[in-house]
Amino acid sequence: MRAQRVSLVIASIAAAGLVLTGCSSSGSGGTGSDNALTSRGPITYVQGKDNSNVVRPTIDRWNKLHPKEKVTFKEQSDQADQQHDDLVQNFQAKNKNYDVVDVDVVWTAEFAAKGWLQPLTGKMAIDTSGLLKPTVASATYNGKLYAAPQTSDGGMLYYRSDLVKTPPTTWDEMMSDCSIAKKAGIDCYAGQYAKYEGLTVNVAEAINSAGGTIVGSDGKTPTLDTPEAAKGLQNLVDAYKNGNIPKAAITYQEEQGRMSFEAGKLLFLRNWPYVYSLAKTDGSSKVKTTFGIAPLPGATGIGASSLGGHNAAISVYSAHKATAHDFVEFLESAETQKFFATQGSLAPVVASLYTDAALDAKLPYLPVLLKSISSAVPRPVTPFYPAVSTAVQDNAYAAIKGDKSVAKALSDMQAAISAASSGN
Amino acid sequence: MTTATDIVPPTTPAPRASKSRKRNRETRSALWLILPTIVLLAIVIGYPIVTAIIQSFQKDPGLDAATGLFVTGGFAGVANYAHWLFQQCMSSTGQTIACPPGNLGAGFWNAAGVTFFFTVVTVILETVIGTWFAIIMNRTFRGRGLVRAAILVPWAIPTAVTAKLWYFIFAFAGIANALFHTSILWTSDEWASRFAIIIADTWKTTPFMALLILAGLQLIPEEVYEAARMDGASTFRTFTTITLPLVKPALMVAILFRILDALRMYDLPAILTGGGGGNGNATTTLSILVIKQVRSGYNSASALSTITFIIIFLVAFIFVRVLGTNVVRTQEAQQKGAK
Repeated sequence: MRAQRVSLVIASIAAAGLVLTGCSSSGSGGTGSDNALTSRGPITYVQGKDNSNVVRPTIDRWNKLHPKEKVTFKEQSDQADQQHDDLVQNFQAKNKNYDVVDVDVVWTAEFAAKGWLQPLTGKMAIDTSGLLKPTVASATYNGKLYAAPQTSDGGMLYYRSDLVKTPPTTWDEMMSDCSIAKKAGIDCYAGQYAKYEGLTVNVAEAINSAGGTIVGSDGKTPTLDTPEAAKGLQNLVDAYKNGNIPKAAITYQEEQGRMSFEAGKLLFLRNWPYVYSLAKTDGSSKVKTTFGIAPLPGATGIGASSLGGHNAAISVYSAHKATAHDFVEFLESAETQKFFATQGSLAPVVASLYTDAALDAKLPYLPVLLKSISSAVPRPVTPFYPAVSTAVQDNAYAAIKGDKSVAKALSDMQAAISAASSGN
Repeated sequence: MTTATDIVPPTTPAPRASKSRKRNRETRSALWLILPTIVLLAIVIGYPIVTAIIQSFQKDPGLDAATGLFVTGGFAGVANYAHWLFQQCMSSTGQTIACPPGNLGAGFWNAAGVTFFFTVVTVILETVIGTWFAIIMNRTFRGRGLVRAAILVPWAIPTAVTAKLWYFIFAFAGIANALFHTSILWTSDEWASRFAIIIADTWKTTPFMALLILAGLQLIPEEVYEAARMDGASTFRTFTTITLPLVKPALMVAILFRILDALRMYDLPAILTGGGGGNGNATTTLSILVIKQVRSGYNSASALSTITFIIIFLVAFIFVRVLGTNVVRTQEAQQKGAK
């Protein structure tokens, strides 16, 4: 009968649905076969949108040198969240065509712990001796290097050189310089304190600069129950309370702070290197010739900046790992790094380039940035980064606004990070 | 719900046997006709829901202490649901503890409260203002086309753009503060940030309400109003005894749509305040919580989205159950009246 056939069709649809469901459950990553380590052939390099056109010329140069091991560029969107999700999906699908991938420093531990990144040990090892130490630390999880630092970024202190002759080297000096701002009728200091990733960056800097840490080297044990951590957060809380950090700064992301500084309404600004050329050239900038840069102030000397930037990693599912390894080394080479810096203003990870005279002429902030990155501390290297960042943001935000005491904020942060790494 | 067979009335009386054969044939062809729809629904709605429910009973991967690598979590029972509904977290020693602030689980009831608060306030505002707009648009006057177009513009703008627009308006150095000579932290103060969301949402979706209500208003025959005028009824009386009861079916559908939409509000607060304000979660809706959780654990996020789904389903069910039958009846009555 027809009716039976209809119900048969429906049953088979249901069955197909079950099969689909079965397919979707993902297995944990394997380590890949050993002979892939020596295998050579064409590979794909995956990175977010190449806004300053540095990747294509670099790949063209590689392809000319290695006609048998051509690299194809797979360009992702320019949204970090979408890049992250695209990588996760392709790793889960064990895509062989994602050979070398560009990962944000804060995703490295997560991908490593998922078993998706080829450890750079043995045949895969790369020479890290010429690289800036903190950038290497950002790619190291559980004592193993899982990715090669590719570009870096660090926070710097922008200051009004017409009002402050010598930039402050410690936090306390900067706070006492705030009397200058008061006399000039402008705000004193601002970083990024809106509740988003930038707050984690700024709180991590405050805590690290005071000598504290957020998580231990295992990437999951919180270490916030120290007087140093309390001192670091207290600095921010006090400054916001007494007005050295303006009330409006609780809504600041990078751009609002930059605009306030360029409008001449801010004495000190913590921001990334991109502000430098904008403040020099922007038509609306009132401080074109009257600002300077310095490393972030710390407890007794240079502060501990948080690290930005990206690492290049090799997928465990890559079929041509030997080629992938050579390509990663090619990305690390001084020549490529110099091209990234001149063409795309990307901060190099090779230490020697920061003293390169030609490069310094083009990017005058490099010597200061070198000091910043050399004493930088990566944001917590943990596979639970999103949850850790949420724990930091939620509690630090409440503390800065004065809704919660520093001690309570830190103990809540501690408990939330501990809960996050226990699978909540 | 009506089935296909109810819709087709038997036209001519036929012998019993042939009539039932015909019915059978109709049933069969109807089944074949709706089959593509069923298949489509099963793939795009049934499959994700079933998958999410299955995943919500799985533990999220945890770290293997020795290797530092993730291992699959295994069966979780209802732990993921207890995590959200009762704020139960696992401590590092494996005991059940209350979720500390800063853990997403601790924010569930806050997010549920915020979501319902937004829903109630925005839907009431949009209904009142939308009705008012619809009555204006329903009148005949010079420049009606222009007014209609102007009222509809906010609805035509994508929500993400709307959110960015209001983000600039509500910036500390933005237009809102400059215009009113205030220094309100619109995106960070607890109630200011909530009202920022409500203002932006009302601005954006009132036109949608107005449009649906306008469609209802246009069904009301002019004669009814004429009769009322003859009887000397006041404008207010005409509105409460003629306009409101006759537009009610359209109004109810519009309100239902808006409630369902408001309960899953995501993009506006996500872009305008990032879910922040107040203690940092004053504008975090359930959908924002789901998206945040997706990053840290997919299975737990599945449980949360299932809970959200059930909440929205229940609200819709109650709404239709309490007011729905009424809606259908008046609509039929109205159609008869219009004929």
